[in-house]
Amino acid sequence: MWTALWNRLAHPGHFLRWSGTALPWLAAASALLVAAGLYLTFFVVPPDYQQGDTVRIMYVHVPAAILGMGFYGAMTLSAIGTLVWRHPLADVSQRAAAPIGAAFTLICLVTGSLWGKPMWGTYWVWDARLTSMLVLFLIYCGIIALWRTIEDPSRAARAVSILTLVGAVNLPIIKFSVNWWSTLHQPASILRMGGSSIDASMLYPLLEMVLALTLLGVTLHLQAMRTEIYRRRVRTLLIRQAERLDAGAQGLAPVTRAAAPLPMGQAI
Amino acid sequence: MDFGPYASFIGGAYGFAALVLGALIVNGWRDGRAQRRALAALQDERGEQA
Repeated sequence: MWTALWNRLAHPGHFLRWSGTALPWLAAASALLVAAGLYLTFFVVPPDYQQGDTVRIMYVHVPAAILGMGFYGAMTLSAIGTLVWRHPLADVSQRAAAPIGAAFTLICLVTGSLWGKPMWGTYWVWDARLTSMLVLFLIYCGIIALWRTIEDPSRAARAVSILTLVGAVNLPIIKFSVNWWSTLHQPASILRMGGSSIDASMLYPLLEMVLALTLLGVTLHLQAMRTEIYRRRVRTLLIRQAERLDAGAQGLAPVTRAAAPLPMGQAI
Repeated sequence: MDFGPYASFIGGAYGFAALVLGALIVNGWRDGRAQRRALAALQDERGEQA
């Protein structure tokens, strides 16, 4: 039953239908939650007893860090889907997620830097957490560049999937860097043994912002996946058109595409 | 809402995040619209040829 449901949800045509219905609702919910989160951040949350008002940067920095890593985790699962099952939507999902994950990672790096200057006295240190996060951003850039370099989508999908899986080694390094090495960055304060060390007056608004930006990220991802499906359909039609023109110019019968297998990712 | 000497850091952080997310939203919307239009034009062309 689950396989049938999964196959139905993951079919590109069906995906376009349900995502088209869900997107306006998701976009509206994201906007409402982000607005509520910003209100809590600027008008409700008290200043920290040590860090003062700079703690408000946490409400964009932490969700961006979670999503930068989360999108990479999703890309890793998609890479497995591409390499093992050759699922057309897995490749589409991976490609659509890369720029969004890169954007959240960049936000995390820049907001962390702006938080570090008043608290640490410097915008940047080559600390394990900061450096591994920078490596994540560079991996995202490498993946996006690789996609643009290889013209054949099926070859690009395989190469990118392998690079994504190799880069996934960085995720536990980011998470545990603050435990494994002596870093300037503070240790885990939300997900840790013994519960969160953040006071409830700051924790719940933070969780609200995590939820709001996650919903925004999911909305952007679905929209990007739809665009990617349309882009591949355009590419397929352009190739067929070129083949028809080519065959017409040579006085041959048009090529029947139905007889030839479509490359991975093009069968949508 | 007076953040004293930290206002520029807080404003910079949220301003940058808004800029990046805004660019992501606008670019995603424009790209989606362009691909939908291109697909519709190609499908119309195919319809005329058939």
